[in-house]
Formats: sequence, structure tokens, C-alpha cells
Amino acid sequence: MAYFEMTKTAIKTLLSTPATILYPAQPAKKTALSRGHVTIDESRCISCGTCQRKCPSQAIVVSREAKTWQIDRLRCVVCNSCVDTCPVKCLFMDTQYSSPVIARSVELIAITYVKPVKPEKKDEASA
Amino acid sequence: MTGIQEIVPVEVGNLIGKVEEFRDGDYRLVQINCSKIGDVYEINYSFDRDYVFRNLRITVTADTEIPSISGMYWGAFIYENEMHDLFGIQVKGMNIDFKGHLFTTAVKFPFSIASSTLTKDEKP
Amino acid sequence: MTKQIIVPFGPQHPVLPEPIHLDLVLEDERVVDAIPSIGYIHRGFEKLVEKREYPEYVYIAERTCGICSFIHGATYCQGIEQIMNLEVPERAQYLRVIWSEYSRMHSHLLWMGLFADSFGFENLFMNAFRIRERILDVMEQTTGGRVIQGSCKIGGVRRDISNEKLDEMHRDLDSIEREIRDLTTVFLQDDSIKHRLRNVGRLSKEDAYHLGASGPTARGSGVAIDLRKTGYGAYGNLNFQLVTDSCGDCYGRCAVRAKELFTSIDLIRQAIQKIPDGPVDIKVTGVPNGEFFARAEQPRGELVHYIKGNGTKFLVRSRIRTPTLTNIPPLVRMLQGCELADVPVIVLSIDPCISCTER
Repeated sequence: MAYFEMTKTAIKTLLSTPATILYPAQPAKKTALSRGHVTIDESRCISCGTCQRKCPSQAIVVSREAKTWQIDRLRCVVCNSCVDTCPVKCLFMDTQYSSPVIARSVELIAITYVKPVKPEKKDEASA
Repeated sequence: MTGIQEIVPVEVGNLIGKVEEFRDGDYRLVQINCSKIGDVYEINYSFDRDYVFRNLRITVTADTEIPSISGMYWGAFIYENEMHDLFGIQVKGMNIDFKGHLFTTAVKFPFSIASSTLTKDEKP
Repeated sequence: MTKQIIVPFGPQHPVLPEPIHLDLVLEDERVVDAIPSIGYIHRGFEKLVEKREYPEYVYIAERTCGICSFIHGATYCQGIEQIMNLEVPERAQYLRVIWSEYSRMHSHLLWMGLFADSFGFENLFMNAFRIRERILDVMEQTTGGRVIQGSCKIGGVRRDISNEKLDEMHRDLDSIEREIRDLTTVFLQDDSIKHRLRNVGRLSKEDAYHLGASGPTARGSGVAIDLRKTGYGAYGNLNFQLVTDSCGDCYGRCAVRAKELFTSIDLIRQAIQKIPDGPVDIKVTGVPNGEFFARAEQPRGELVHYIKGNGTKFLVRSRIRTPTLTNIPPLVRMLQGCELADVPVIVLSIDPCISCTER
């Protein structure tokens, strides 16, 4: 007859630290690869719209004429697809989870990329 | 990778005979699958024994009645009821017939050919 | 002449991880029949495949279920790779095996916790989850996500694990194995648990085979079927033994899952020793044209992904048949003749993952 097999484990866990974290009073566990939320470097985005096409939940909307990039944080599933497919690598995955909100809204960011002016080629060819 | 996969097309009338051959050969039923290809439905019956995978395929239109194989495989009722609830296929002689109440969805027969031509706000 | 009454079980029940409804027909506390009803969590995945390009559908396929998510993504990728005749590099296949086995361990530990809760042993429930945290930490350190890994793509995997990290994982497995051994000793040896599980929910071997049971539900009745023996991915190069139990009751199914934890630890150790160096993905061009049934072994049983493409970027049909759908007829057979107080234990012993079932 084997009863009380749990005694050894119960005493060990009673005397050790709790396994739970008092989130959000204490910060959540993070690693270098954790997927928290997507951030953009607005001075490098060329408004090509690749991230909008590749997003599986249609959370990103890019407007070329108005030069804005907007993301709906509640639709984003942090899958890393936009970060991987951006051709100029201006999107990054931050390890911090996005904070809770009480109303649905989109985050609008103005793009400050200025296309660099190429030097005139005609003078070099003739010189 | 996972070995041979054989797909054999059959007529609706020969279905019960072929399934009985599998039953006598000690095959187990893996799944019954329905796909909507254009205007017709393709129904696949998959069987397996010792990891050898064999399929029977029938092609039907929306109003064909197909016989149930639950006389030979008691567990087939769940696939046939799901096929009826999602695609609207009429199956005759199921051992446990839920009459459309196994799978409750907001739109009846959501994957059928009739529903795929609806726009977002129309109801059938 | 006894009167029959109908008692509804679910969809809200403390013991169920996901909603399923059962109408139990009772005669004086003995269940005569059970009528299942699903559809509470239907999300229309099979319609969505016609609207998303086939590489992006990996993200959606792996969100079919939260507990068995990695294997859904890996099986979908396997199906597309077979249709397009892509040769996945060896290192990617071994990495997929390592993540699949960690995924199996965390799923079995979650099930053991819920099972202990279903017969009232909350301390054991919390302890199983405490061990599960260590495995989720490993998943987060190597892929970035605790529950949804997001590391499979068509043609390989998206991330590599460095050799130093693999050695560290190998060393940590020793202490994880000690803790799991203490946990499974309680499940398998304690007499108070045996009183609740022995002779409850019997399923004979012939019934299990002919009703289509799969996974630990079938192996707990003595039917030796495990899809990993077909040798897909890197499983062809690894050795392991199938775990079966001949009793066919809830104790047998629990014993099969408890012993499979040790099989998984052994497979991870073998894979870490045998993994070769090399690239982890290949470039993919073209579109799928053809059809294939991709089969894999999930923690709950046999998973079948049927994929059909017709030469465009959007697939024609993707059908996911999960093991819980095929375990529902054995559940109906098991419930006939049991007592009402045993119903939660029996329903949980097939490991119901209803969000996979209804996609």
C-alpha cells in the first residue's frame, strides 16, 4: 500500500521560492529572442508596402501619399513576418510586451524618409 | 517520406463493395474528407494498415445521395455528420444521425457551393 | 422501469480546457448514452486558406491550437515540401524533431496537470505546471515564443540553435528528468489515485482499433500504432520503443503518457548528439501543384493534413483532421455504462483539444 507519495515533493516546494511572478508588479520573463511588439525606424522606411502584403492578420496599413505607417496592436499576432520580409530592414522586434488598452485604436507613425538625391551622371561622363 | 499513398477513383455504386474489402483486410478508417472543386465535391475515404495509406475517391454533385459506411465502421458517423453540416451532402443510413445539430454554425452549410457565392452581409 | 433524465455536460466545465457539449442520458447515476455536440470554437480556417498565400498560411496553421501548435506548422510545411519536391536540409529536420519533442513534453505535462485537477489533486496539478515552466523557458530561449513558436517555414526553419545552446539543453535535461521521475512516481504508484482510475472507462483492443482511436487512447488499450515509426523527418535515424499498456482503462492511458515523457527526453538527447552542421533553410520558388496527405504524430494521436494546390499562389483545399475528432467515437463508447462522477475523468483521459477539432 503506497499512500502519501506526494509528501517529498510537497515539502520541497514548500521550502523553495514560488514559481509564479506577480506580473505586472514584477516584470515578465524575457529572453533575447522574445517577441514583444513591432517597432519601426521611420527614417529608413521606403513605403513599399511589403509588410502590409505579408501580414497574415492585416494589421499594418501603409499609405504612400500621406507618408504614414499604421499598425493595429490588437490585430498584430507578433509573428515576425514583417520584420523578416522588410527589404530595407527598418522593422525590429522589441522584447517588451505591448501594454493593455481599454479602447481599440491604431498607432499612426509619420515616415520621415527622404530619398537621397543622386549626383548628376552627365558631368562625370563628359569630363 | 511517409511511404506510398494510393488514390483510387470509384463510382458511388461500387463504394460499399470496396469498403467491405478494406474491412475484411483489417484496415482502419483514418478520415473522410470532402473538397469543393469548382461545381462538384470530391470525397476521399482514407484507410491505413501497418502504415500503408490507401484512399478511395468519389466525385458527386450537390444533390447526390451517398450511402453511409457506418454499418462497417461504427466510428464513421462523426465524419459523415460533419460533412453534412458543413457541405450539405446527403448521406443515407447513418447509424447516429444528428440531423444537422452536431456542428452549430451561424450560417448553415458554410462550405457548400451555394454559400460560397454569398457576399458578406447576405444570409442564405 | 427506471426513468431516464438528460444532464448537459459542458461547454462551461472546470475540467475542460476547451468547450465541448455532451448530453448525458442517465438512469439513476449510471450513464446510458452520451451525445456530443461541437461548434463553439469554429473559426473557419479551411475557408481562410483560399484568401492567404501559401507561405503566409504557415502562421495561421500553427495557430490552430495553442497546445500542439508546433507540430501543426511542421506538418503543413512537410506537405507543401513534398508537393513541390523540396529537399529540406538535415540540420533543419533535426531541429524540427527537437522542437517537436519539447512540444510533446509540455503538452503531456499540461495534460497531467489537468488530469490531476479533474480528480481533485490540486497540489499535483500545480507541480506539473511548475515543471512545465522549465520546458517553456527553453522554448522561449530558442524560438522567441512560449506557446506559439513561429519557427517553421517552407523549406526549413527560421532560426538556428547554436551548438553551445544545444550542449546547455543537454545538461539541463538531467535535472528535468529527475523532477519528472518524482512526478510520475506519484501518478503511477499512489493508491488513492489508483482507486479513482482503475477500471474506469474501459476500451477493449478490438474496439480501439475498429472505432479509429489513435495516439495514447489507442496505445493505452494495447494497439501499437505510432506514426513516428514511419520515419518522416529525422525520425528515421533515431531509435525509440513504443509505449503500450494492455489495460485499456484511464490508468493505462495515464501510464502511457507518463512513460512517453521519458521516451521524448531520450529522443532529444539522441537528436542533440547526432545533429549535423549545415544550412537550415533553402530558397523556395514556384507554386504548389498537386495533392498530398501529410501525416505526423501529435501528442494526442495521428494528425493528417490534406493539401491540394492547382498552380496558383492560393491553395485549393487544406483539410486538417486532428486526433481528437477521431477519438470522439471511442469516447461515446467508453461513457456507456459509467457512473456520473467518473464522467470528467473519462472525458479528460482522451485529451480533448477541441480547438484543433473545429479549426
